[in-house]
Amino acid sequence: MFDMTRTIIENFFSKAHTRLYPLQTREPFPNVRGNLFNNIEECILCGMCQKKCPSQCITVDKGAKTWQVDPYACVYCGICVENCPVNCLYMESPHRKPTAEKIMNQMVQVKGPEKKKKTAEK
Amino acid sequence: MSTIIPFGPQHPVLPEPLHLKITLKDEIVTEAIPMLGYVHRGLETLVSLKDVDQMVQVVERVCGICSCIHAHTYCMCVEGILGIEVPQRAEFLRIIWSELHRMHSHLLWLGLLADAFGMESLFMHCWRIRERVMDVMEATAGNRVIISVNKVGGVRRDLSADQIRWIRQVIDELEAELDKIKPVLTNDYTVKKRTVGVGVLTKEQAYELGAVGPVLRGSGVAQDARMTGYGAYKYVDFEPVVETDGDSWARTMVRFRELYQAIDIVRQLINKLPDGEISVKVKAAKPEGEIVCRSEQPRGELMYYVKGNGSKFLERVRIRTPTFANVPPLLAMLPGIEMADVPVVALSIDPCISCTER
Amino acid sequence: MALETKNIAKNQLVAEVKSLKAQGYRFVTMTCVDLGDGFDLLYHFDRDLQMTHLRITVLKGDTVPSISGIYFAALCIENETKDHFGISFDGLVLDFGGHFYLEEEVKRYPFCKVSVQESQAPKEGN
Repeated sequence: MFDMTRTIIENFFSKAHTRLYPLQTREPFPNVRGNLFNNIEECILCGMCQKKCPSQCITVDKGAKTWQVDPYACVYCGICVENCPVNCLYMESPHRKPTAEKIMNQMVQVKGPEKKKKTAEK
Repeated sequence: MSTIIPFGPQHPVLPEPLHLKITLKDEIVTEAIPMLGYVHRGLETLVSLKDVDQMVQVVERVCGICSCIHAHTYCMCVEGILGIEVPQRAEFLRIIWSELHRMHSHLLWLGLLADAFGMESLFMHCWRIRERVMDVMEATAGNRVIISVNKVGGVRRDLSADQIRWIRQVIDELEAELDKIKPVLTNDYTVKKRTVGVGVLTKEQAYELGAVGPVLRGSGVAQDARMTGYGAYKYVDFEPVVETDGDSWARTMVRFRELYQAIDIVRQLINKLPDGEISVKVKAAKPEGEIVCRSEQPRGELMYYVKGNGSKFLERVRIRTPTFANVPPLLAMLPGIEMADVPVVALSIDPCISCTER
Repeated sequence: MALETKNIAKNQLVAEVKSLKAQGYRFVTMTCVDLGDGFDLLYHFDRDLQMTHLRITVLKGDTVPSISGIYFAALCIENETKDHFGISFDGLVLDFGGHFYLEEEVKRYPFCKVSVQESQAPKEGN
């Protein structure tokens, strides 16, 4: 009957199981789908990610050479990363920090991939 | 004189918007009527907007806690229609993640139950143990809860030898932790006082009202959809966990013993894990035909009906979730008990309302 | 892979379900599929992990006999089907009148490809 009482008393003298979160953070595990980025200069703006995305959070504009992800609609499944034909999409382990306003993750291509490099990769 | 009390949707016991209209005579419940619709999202209609592959991510979101099993069952259906043979390693990995889901779901539920009868410290302990399972999930699959590992044709992540060793170590630790809380659950006066003999569902009632999962097995019916041997369950030895009392305590014990069972299944699967591919390539899936697949979720038996019409969009996906089947048994359990016991009894079916309403 | 179903007529349904119950089958669920001009209603039953399926085909606007008197478990799904497809069930033990999930201001059947009519909500006195 006093099993729980013993555990509770033990807890008074043992180390805390929790962290003081903002001051002390845990290292994220490798390969965690934390945040989506695009290596924009290698992107061929084919729109494959936009087509495959289950939550329609990616917008690719070929004319304006922009690639945009709505991090608040993204479900972090990583389907876009798997389907990218040039492997320019990647996910990073650290999660996004909380913010006070919605900021879209938009990237603008300046130069674009070199034609020669693309054929060499293939 | 009878009083009608709205039990929920804002809750003293659980974060789910379960709403029961409870008719009381003095302190005794005479009738309970379910009022649903607070989280109805109409996910089944999304089949006309999302193609076969994208639906995997949609069905995962039917229920957060058993997401992996939803996706697995959906993939089984589509693979069944297309006649795809999934690699053996993928089958094993799917079941390993499914059983991890079962562990974290049951631990979450045990915590909630402890919270419902006011045992805050047990609640904290269960959730602390659960965090270890969540860590495994995050490290191996990439996400904590909705792990997105299933796809039509296999799985998307593989386990490395290091990870397997780590999982084995974690489940050993888990077992030791569970042994520590076991005497609390089985012997503690508080737990017994609140659960033993409360909300009894007889074997006949459970069978007839279509109860599933721990509710059915807690009433003494040894039925478990895992016995059909879908996925890698045909390669493991296990027997359904059965308790015969049919009260809240029996259901608690079924879930608690299933935790040990899940640990055992994961261990067996890890030991037998075959090498090989983890997925087969499925090109532009256009399923045509009908299929019904069943699987066992932490909460009970899940049924999917999938109908394809030969295009990349499916015609119909129908999801019968376990809580949906457990609502009629709950209505049969409630009459005759005291109002103060309603939270514990309602929780003892492990209600998941977002599952129920989809 | 085809699903083996037993096709029956609407008026045979109650007798067929009663005989299944006598054989010890449990009610699993019901599925409604919109065929365009009608509906397929599939009733799924289970005994010792073996499933049996019944299929009835009804026209839009038809009334279907309810089996919730035989299997109480059919109550939720019949109310849900009424919400989503507008099929009326005759003899529901607990009738939510098409508002099991949906709010009263919803005036069409969300799961129908082409809604039959503007919903029968006004007729039911809402």
